[in-house]
Amino acid sequence: MNSFYGKIVTTWLCLIIPLTTLAQQKNMVLVKGGEFIPLYGVDSATVKVNSFFMDVYPVTNAEYQQFVIDHPKWRKSKVLKLYADASYLANWENDTTFSKDFLPDAPITSVSWFAAKSYCEYQGKRLPTVDEWEYAAMADAVSPDARKKEDYNKYILSWYETSNTIKNPIGSTFKNYWGIYDLHGAAWEWTLDFNSVLISGESRKDVDKDSDLFCGSAAVGASDLMNYAAFMRYAFRGSIKAQYSIKNLGFRCIQDVNTNQ
Amino acid sequence: MKNTANHSFWDIKKAMVLALFIAILPSCSNDKPTIRNPKDMPITGQVIADLTSPPNVPVPIGDRKAKKVIVNMEILEQEGTMTDGVKYIYWTFGGSVPGSFIRTRVGDEVEFTLSNHPDNKLPHNIDLHAVTGPGGGAESSFVAPGHEKTFSFKTLNPGLYVYHCATAPVGMHIANGMYGLILVEPEGGLPPVDKEYYVMQGDFYTKGANGERGLQAFDMQKAVNEDADYVVFNGQVNGLTGDNALTANVGETIRLFVGNGGPNLVSSFHVIGEIFDKVSVEGGSMVNKNVQTTLIPAGGAAMVEFKVDVPGTLVLVDHSIFRAFNKGALGMLKVSGEEDEQVYSGTQMEGIYLPEGSGIQTMPSTATAKEEAPQELSLAEKLNLGKTVYQQTCFACHQPEGQGIPTIFPPLAKADYLNADVNRAIDIVLHGKSGEITVNGTKYNSVMTKQTLTDNEIASVLTYVYNNWGNNKSEVTGAMVKSRRNIK
Repeated sequence: MNSFYGKIVTTWLCLIIPLTTLAQQKNMVLVKGGEFIPLYGVDSATVKVNSFFMDVYPVTNAEYQQFVIDHPKWRKSKVLKLYADASYLANWENDTTFSKDFLPDAPITSVSWFAAKSYCEYQGKRLPTVDEWEYAAMADAVSPDARKKEDYNKYILSWYETSNTIKNPIGSTFKNYWGIYDLHGAAWEWTLDFNSVLISGESRKDVDKDSDLFCGSAAVGASDLMNYAAFMRYAFRGSIKAQYSIKNLGFRCIQDVNTNQ
Repeated sequence: MKNTANHSFWDIKKAMVLALFIAILPSCSNDKPTIRNPKDMPITGQVIADLTSPPNVPVPIGDRKAKKVIVNMEILEQEGTMTDGVKYIYWTFGGSVPGSFIRTRVGDEVEFTLSNHPDNKLPHNIDLHAVTGPGGGAESSFVAPGHEKTFSFKTLNPGLYVYHCATAPVGMHIANGMYGLILVEPEGGLPPVDKEYYVMQGDFYTKGANGERGLQAFDMQKAVNEDADYVVFNGQVNGLTGDNALTANVGETIRLFVGNGGPNLVSSFHVIGEIFDKVSVEGGSMVNKNVQTTLIPAGGAAMVEFKVDVPGTLVLVDHSIFRAFNKGALGMLKVSGEEDEQVYSGTQMEGIYLPEGSGIQTMPSTATAKEEAPQELSLAEKLNLGKTVYQQTCFACHQPEGQGIPTIFPPLAKADYLNADVNRAIDIVLHGKSGEITVNGTKYNSVMTKQTLTDNEIASVLTYVYNNWGNNKSEVTGAMVKSRRNIK
């Protein structure tokens, strides 16, 4: 039933999915499951993704503010250093007030993986896996897989070169095929198993690493412009640790659909 | 070649190079006895490295002993100017392209801290070619935004080395400006010179064509195709011209630390009007003398030295010459001081060379022109002929669309100077022009030579220029040109 690639993914899913069907919550849309070949895959290594509900928007400053009011252990003065580094909510005025420089409906950033994961769990949701996130994010406005479209890739690459996008309110980018906003163009987003695909930092060595996960990278050629955008996301994920809190990194949550569907 | 010796390589090549080696042995053997194993050099004290942005370099190490050298480098992703009206998002080591110059000596222990600014979007790292170790430090320095990483290395080999970012996609990080130079001086330091400068070439790939205005995004496809829009020194078209030009005085010896970040193109580095007295080939220990043009590989460097003997402007170019005049690989070194006519006389005599005639003659100023009885051409004929003349005569400096090269060759497109006065334009084509002029608010101080064209050719090319690129559609006739020619 669960044919995800990678032990870590499998492990996490076993731990987290309570195998109950939860009602779809407000502001979530269905992403219909299917198979796809992620960046690191080869033809034989398609990945199956089950259907899930995904937040239409990333979690906002206002929403996260409510979360820390309700859950004092995630306030910046209280949080365990093990779970969030010194940059956690770095711009906040105090424990329960975010910076005036940021809009209430702009994406929350500078939160650690532990904090993001906890937020989702309190909502009865969870963080998406890398595969789930990538699956939902390969859609443009009209098609579920736009990765071969030049415009789509150029849009993503140009976002990576645009600063201060985290100051825009949610919904400032396009609505994708599934009805989801801001997967590209606002902030990076945490994933549950962000470090399961390793980019070691020595990217040239990764090419010939004895790793099934990465054998696709050697094949990056002129026709694979699509991979460059994805490469940068994987490189980003490879550079971070779970307690890191980064100014351009936020998150959104997903919820499983009945796994028999 | 970061190993101290490579025996298998040596054994194979020994027979082939033995004769040559013996020939140059006497000159090499002088430096040999002083070399100790840099690994064993004792560290005495600690110093925080002075990092400089181009074209400046930190002070020479001289005879200082090997030390622990603390290097703090910050990565900034920031908008900058590629050329007038064209912006680009540069990714930088230390806020400049090329990145900050690092100066060490052999045997130093470098403690390197790489900080990735919190506002940055991407993770980065650094691969220093001066490092002996996996990835040149890349793996140990891979750092997320808002974080920093520290690693240490010992400088084992003297030379001039490139450093660059090696985060996937590597080519994109380099293409956006993430490269610079680290110098490892030999024990006792490099021989002193009067002036030292830091110059680094790079190629850039923009979504719009060369000169297209606005903020230009990086174009991955052009980069893959190695089809550069800009090839520049020190990160921008005007990196070494105008106020950014290098300066020197007559009699001084100049050392240029020249690097090439690439990502793709190999540089044919040349200084117009100079001969390199010495070149440390590829930044290593071999010194070549009396060199006109030296090849600098992408990801490589060279040290060039020359004494400037006469005043004037020396022009630094990539002698793969279309890059210099069409893509920006052109810089200037202004030398001031006394003329020395023994070295360079300037123009001594000017004449017309007619191969079928009797050698050099002085041209009677109006003779040929007077005898020409211009048959006036129609506007269509002039536009047609004018286009041909433009492409043969004007194109190289004023560029295909009349856009010129900012601060070097003035534009003809929408040019206020051109449109203000037709007779002045005719005079310039007839007699040439030198000295400072202001075109569309930018000052130019170049030389245009007088053109040996017929009245009809001049009328045609000017009409062509006036009727293109947003100019005022003036029509110039052969008679007008003739009357201007006869004034003198």
